[in-house]
Amino acid sequence: MIAVIDYKTGNLRSVKNALARLGGDYVVTGDADVIRAASHVILPGVGEAAQAMSSLRESGLVDVILALTQPVLGICIGMQLMCRSSQEGNTKCMGIFDTDVVKMEPAPGLKVPHMGWDTIEKLDSPLFADMQDGAYVYYVHSFAPELCEHTVAVTDYGTPFSAALQNRNFFGTQFHPEKSGPVGAKILRNFLSVL
Amino acid sequence: MLAKRIIPCLDIKDGSTVKGVNFLGLRNVGDPVELGQKYAAEGADELVYLDISATYEGRKTFADLVTKIAEGIDIPFTVGGGISTVEDAGKLLLAGADKVTVNSAAVRRPELIDEIANRYGSQFVVVAIDAKTIDGRWVVTTHGGRQLSDRELFSWAKEAQERGAGEILFTSMDHDGTKNGYPCETYARLFDLLSIPVVASGGAGTVDHIAQVLSEGKADAALAASIFHYGEIPIPVLKRELDKKGINVRL
Repeated sequence: MIAVIDYKTGNLRSVKNALARLGGDYVVTGDADVIRAASHVILPGVGEAAQAMSSLRESGLVDVILALTQPVLGICIGMQLMCRSSQEGNTKCMGIFDTDVVKMEPAPGLKVPHMGWDTIEKLDSPLFADMQDGAYVYYVHSFAPELCEHTVAVTDYGTPFSAALQNRNFFGTQFHPEKSGPVGAKILRNFLSVL
Repeated sequence: MLAKRIIPCLDIKDGSTVKGVNFLGLRNVGDPVELGQKYAAEGADELVYLDISATYEGRKTFADLVTKIAEGIDIPFTVGGGISTVEDAGKLLLAGADKVTVNSAAVRRPELIDEIANRYGSQFVVVAIDAKTIDGRWVVTTHGGRQLSDRELFSWAKEAQERGAGEILFTSMDHDGTKNGYPCETYARLFDLLSIPVVASGGAGTVDHIAQVLSEGKADAALAASIFHYGEIPIPVLKRELDKKGINVRL
């Protein structure tokens, strides 16, 4: 059973739909026992980091997540909450990944938010099993995690940033695998294959 | 490198896909979910679903359809047509839409853009602008081109951005449905004026037209309908040709 963590930040429909398309057996839950018992855990997230982190704290799930030993995948804001901090709302986050989330700066010809399909390179995680550098994934974001020792995929948008992170059983993607067509489905299947 | 996007647009009337020439003379071209899946499999980067019946009729059918689209499609999609309140937009978000477009209602009441952007974020709001030239001036139209407004294209696009629009979708009513190409100089001027993406819509008849608006016109994305619906330019062919011309696309 896959647990999609519901911490009242908004719409989880696209993650649910993606898991349903993969035929995954999932439950959307804020219940600590259900999350602990799951084979895989997904931490989605939409909206603004400070508010999302405060919802997660109010849900009482921070310590539960930190103690998980099964594969955990954070997506977008969910992944940012697994970093040390986010510049958005000056937010202290969970510190699973040894990096900080910073505002992306517009550059000539580069608009912020970074929105659309971009390539991921230097793939180095079971998340990207049987995949090649240069695969396209879908992004919508204005903040991004800096490169660090846990970086397992890089996208260069003026400045290179962590497209994906992994520390032990914890994974995170700044892009949206649930909106990234067959490539995204492959990444989700790869995550669900991690034991 | 960020790819230029190719976006098929599906006009929906009473739950099925239609495309008219200059918005008149509608002709049924298929089931919206199936057609969207076909385009996604062919390499479409996003989809836009416009409920063209919404101005006149109920929108319940469309909201149900959006739920089905979200279940069946694994790329981002935008929905629009008749959205006039932040509540309308919220319902579509909950149904699974990634973005909404607002058009006539935002011209009538520009605060709508601020309200949706403040509640759901700028990335959720696309402001669609239909305009036509009158005495050399781009006049914004509403209600599918049937009514002239007192607004001008460039100042309205800039105001929409300042109010929180995440993207501008500009259709020239002079070119829409003609297959004679896009007004590229107007798109380039919009690109230079704005800091948010510009989507070109209406007028594509050939691969070269789309290549021109993405290069000379500097557009971030090109949206089209009939050339895709009638198989005149299959998306895989279009993307390979754009790639050959040195335009960065997702293959």
